[in-house]
Amino acid sequence: MAKKITIEPVTRVEGHGKVTIHLDDQNNVTNTRLHIVEFRGFERFILGRPYWEAPVLVQRLCGICPVSHHLAAAKALDVIVGAGVGDSLTPVGEKMRRLMHYGQIFQSHSLHFFHLVSPDLLFGIDADPAIRNIIGVALKHKDLAVQGVMMRKFGQEVIRATAGKKIHGTGAIPGGINKHLELEDKELLLNGPDPVNADKMVEWAQGAVDFFKDYYKKNKDMIDNFAFFPSNHLSIVRKDGALDLYNGVLRAVDAEGNKILDDVDCQEYNKYIEEEVRSWSYMKFPYIKKLGKEKGWYRVGPLARLNTCDFIPTPLAQKEFEEYKAINKGKPDNCCLHYHYARLIEILHTGEMMKELLNDPDLMKGDLTVKGTKVKKGVGVLEAPRGTLFHQYEINDDDQITLANLIVSTTNNNEPMNQSVNIVAKTWMNGKPEITEPMMNAVEVAIRAYDPCLSCATHALGKMPLEISLYDVNNELVDKKRT
Amino acid sequence: MKILLYGYGNPGRQDDGLGVEFVIRMEKWVGQLELKGFEFDNNYQLNIEDAEAIKDKDLVVFADASEEKINKFCFTKVNKSSEVSFTTHSASPGYIVKLCEELFNSKPLVLLLHIKGYSWEFHEGLTEKAENNLKIALDYFQKKLKHPEKIINTLNDWKLC
Repeated sequence: MAKKITIEPVTRVEGHGKVTIHLDDQNNVTNTRLHIVEFRGFERFILGRPYWEAPVLVQRLCGICPVSHHLAAAKALDVIVGAGVGDSLTPVGEKMRRLMHYGQIFQSHSLHFFHLVSPDLLFGIDADPAIRNIIGVALKHKDLAVQGVMMRKFGQEVIRATAGKKIHGTGAIPGGINKHLELEDKELLLNGPDPVNADKMVEWAQGAVDFFKDYYKKNKDMIDNFAFFPSNHLSIVRKDGALDLYNGVLRAVDAEGNKILDDVDCQEYNKYIEEEVRSWSYMKFPYIKKLGKEKGWYRVGPLARLNTCDFIPTPLAQKEFEEYKAINKGKPDNCCLHYHYARLIEILHTGEMMKELLNDPDLMKGDLTVKGTKVKKGVGVLEAPRGTLFHQYEINDDDQITLANLIVSTTNNNEPMNQSVNIVAKTWMNGKPEITEPMMNAVEVAIRAYDPCLSCATHALGKMPLEISLYDVNNELVDKKRT
Repeated sequence: MKILLYGYGNPGRQDDGLGVEFVIRMEKWVGQLELKGFEFDNNYQLNIEDAEAIKDKDLVVFADASEEKINKFCFTKVNKSSEVSFTTHSASPGYIVKLCEELFNSKPLVLLLHIKGYSWEFHEGLTEKAENNLKIALDYFQKKLKHPEKIINTLNDWKLC
């Protein structure tokens, strides 16, 4: 008798998702789908609002990476107010925004790795969920758990110092920034008592990379083969090919490293990227137009970024990048769990960048904004922690927003997450008479690698609070479990 | 005595901003009276770094909006949760207490102030009924703070949930 398994998480404000797995008579997986319901009301909510409100309004999309939305909106409005694209702001304008952005990525990546991913690595995917959680980490590896807390705290402090406050920051405004860095904040972040200072953060970030490399040596087969599949990869890169999380041109490569988007202007992103609607999901499926729906989907986020860029412009992260790239002899990395490796290298990079910027005198002087001739539309693109984030706005003669289109990182990763779920389901569940907790956690591990907003909404302490319902071919409930 | 007042919620969703507004007004009140030993913080929600923030406090009061069937406001004493829940977007007060104990070997007295809210749409500003509840809660708590040293021993007399 054919069955359908539904993995349904608790609904939260940020959205919710569920996984359905269809089995045939022999309990072989025939089809899987990751359904995600993201709150997208902001695109309509802000219509009619004055354009300058957008950076403050849209950050309320997300409780964990509001800075990414704040800055992407501000970048789009830079274009609208005639301040130019990306690197045309005043030195303090660009550098304060970058510092804010690096603080955001540093804290988000740290939170994800230390508190959501490390339990799977330290205790194993199939470990007892009673210990496979952050409290388990705290009991057995307290140093790691404390580092995660303090690294997140440091990133939050950087956000406060640059955006004005930890929530509803107002730092970025169309054309620039609204404040210089205070001397007191600079001293605190650079030379504060251990461990909350830039040097310690870089040291711990390096330690985290070393931790993963050691783990990788001991678990290479599992890490390399878990949910492996070839894909395209997309991100922005600096014009010279460097990793740049804040500004650049759009680049995409295929699974072999061939360029399929060759450093195109972000203002023209919709010439190259299309979004497909599928009847069973509220979230769209973006793809590269010229490759079509079937072949044009791509990954975004840390893995994709290290696949598209040519180098990393900070020394410690570059050294790790070279070692990392050597694994695949320079070819793109298509291993799902290498997202974590790439994410840790990015933590190191952002730690280095924050330290460099905090030492930069430009942050404390000079004009805050640039003004120019206003135009009616603008696009802001940056690399959010989870991947490429697109904001597009158009305004009318009364300065009201008439169009807003957002492609958030998790949406970009929609098809890859579905692919990952499908592979894991087939690997772990095919032919098995019973669905076990480790099988379910394996599905979650695959999703978790992408660090989607979905996991933000559903990832409980060491496990997602999921319900599995087994349905027969007539959609009659035959079993129900809660992880 | 070191006291942390910490409000959480989303002020962009009407009454969900009750906790944040409570702390903002308490900070103003404490400033006017020039009281010492207070720290204040606000956020969308609690998160892991708050375990570090509470570790050296004698008293922590988390303030949050509530949809529960309560009369205007009430307090609960927060114990470390046996069923802690954690997402990257939020952590429960009990989880923060447990994390604080496990990571920093500290057990501060932690209270959760529940303030009744009514509407959660995408607007700033409290509803009239929520505003009224907030004022009553502020008045009640400010009276309690006249003798902060007695708080620990008089908890049973508080307006508990």
